[in-house]
Amino acid sequence: MAAVATTREYDIVIIGGGPAGLAAGLYAARGMHRTLLLEKGVIGGQIALTDIVENYAGVPTINGFDLAQAMLKQSESHGMETESTSVSGLERAGNRWLIHAEAGDMIAKALIVTSGADYNRLGVPGEERLTGKGVSYCATCDAAFFKSQQVAVVGGGDAAMDEGLFTSRFAEKVTVIHRRESLRASRILQERAFAHPKLHFVWNTVVEEVLGDDLVTGLRLRDVITNEESTLPVAAVFIFIGQHPNTDFFKSLVKMDAGGHAVVDDWMATDQPGLFAAGDVRQNSARQVASSVGDGVTAAIAADHYISDNYPT
Amino acid sequence: MAKPPDVTDDQWDQEVLKSDLPVLVDFWAPWCGPCRMVAPIVEELADEFSGKVRFYKLNTDDNVGVATKYSIRSIPTLMVFKGGEAVDQLIGFRPKSDLKRVLEKALV
Repeated sequence: MAAVATTREYDIVIIGGGPAGLAAGLYAARGMHRTLLLEKGVIGGQIALTDIVENYAGVPTINGFDLAQAMLKQSESHGMETESTSVSGLERAGNRWLIHAEAGDMIAKALIVTSGADYNRLGVPGEERLTGKGVSYCATCDAAFFKSQQVAVVGGGDAAMDEGLFTSRFAEKVTVIHRRESLRASRILQERAFAHPKLHFVWNTVVEEVLGDDLVTGLRLRDVITNEESTLPVAAVFIFIGQHPNTDFFKSLVKMDAGGHAVVDDWMATDQPGLFAAGDVRQNSARQVASSVGDGVTAAIAADHYISDNYPT
Repeated sequence: MAKPPDVTDDQWDQEVLKSDLPVLVDFWAPWCGPCRMVAPIVEELADEFSGKVRFYKLNTDDNVGVATKYSIRSIPTLMVFKGGEAVDQLIGFRPKSDLKRVLEKALV
């Protein structure tokens, strides 16, 4: 994207195109505000990589990517603009916000940060080198490459079970490796996972190394109780061990909690004027599509009030 | 904006490896969400680099031979070929600026 010579002005700029940002954009644009949504990667964020969403009220079952596209279309039909760019920093300029983006600087009366969260890495040898060569953070993207092979899933939460179950459609055997002796996943997913003939569980175990030269050939594991090491031959490892909020571009600006999430009030307002945070990036998010949509709507309504109060026409 | 043509296992040597121009191949599959995000960016680049770089799409479900040969284990993967050799690859969804960079590099 070429840098533009003039600094573009908007009423509301939204940073992040997941459900929170898309819902905020719908309300902001429908409220007659000149609205721009910035996304550095894939519209939909985490749900774009989710095979099936079946817990969004009113929608019995839908592919995550399709849900995100439907939200985008709806928001754009009300006038929301979208741009593919990353944001490097925010700055207060007079009574506006200056956004430093790869696509150039922009000015906004109110900002809604919906930058979401990114998956955690294991941080073990071999992981980065073999990413895309058997190390994956997206089963729906990559599981089909491991037909009739043995694979591993690391993690014990909803994402790990969801993706483990998805992977079992292709793989011959799926070994779930979890560092504790019980799952964190919701009961419905636990029951499905335990009942599945292809899913096997290795408890109290961590991955020490991803093995392989050009492609993943196995994992070096360690039992956290006995400290015994073992090797598990697998062609792929799918990693779902939680996530961290994406706050690099504004964490020095607003109050954050110990987990690095933006602290907000009931209206998604941070401690900075006209700066709102919604969805997975904020403190105490329920981290669901529906709650993120609710957050985004709340933030957009609050931003609308903020603009009416501070920029009388 | 035209969708780049498909290339198959059978056409691979002729269309990609023996091409006189650098070639970008978009490895994709119908079930892959991020692939659908990459597609319009690849189409834009195909227009911008028209006459300088050839663009193809390879469906990894239907063309297991090539996908296996190049150890594709994640899609979208974009690979750049020059003189029959793979000179660059980008795995996963990447912004247009990254794609442009590898194409410009292949033209040097």
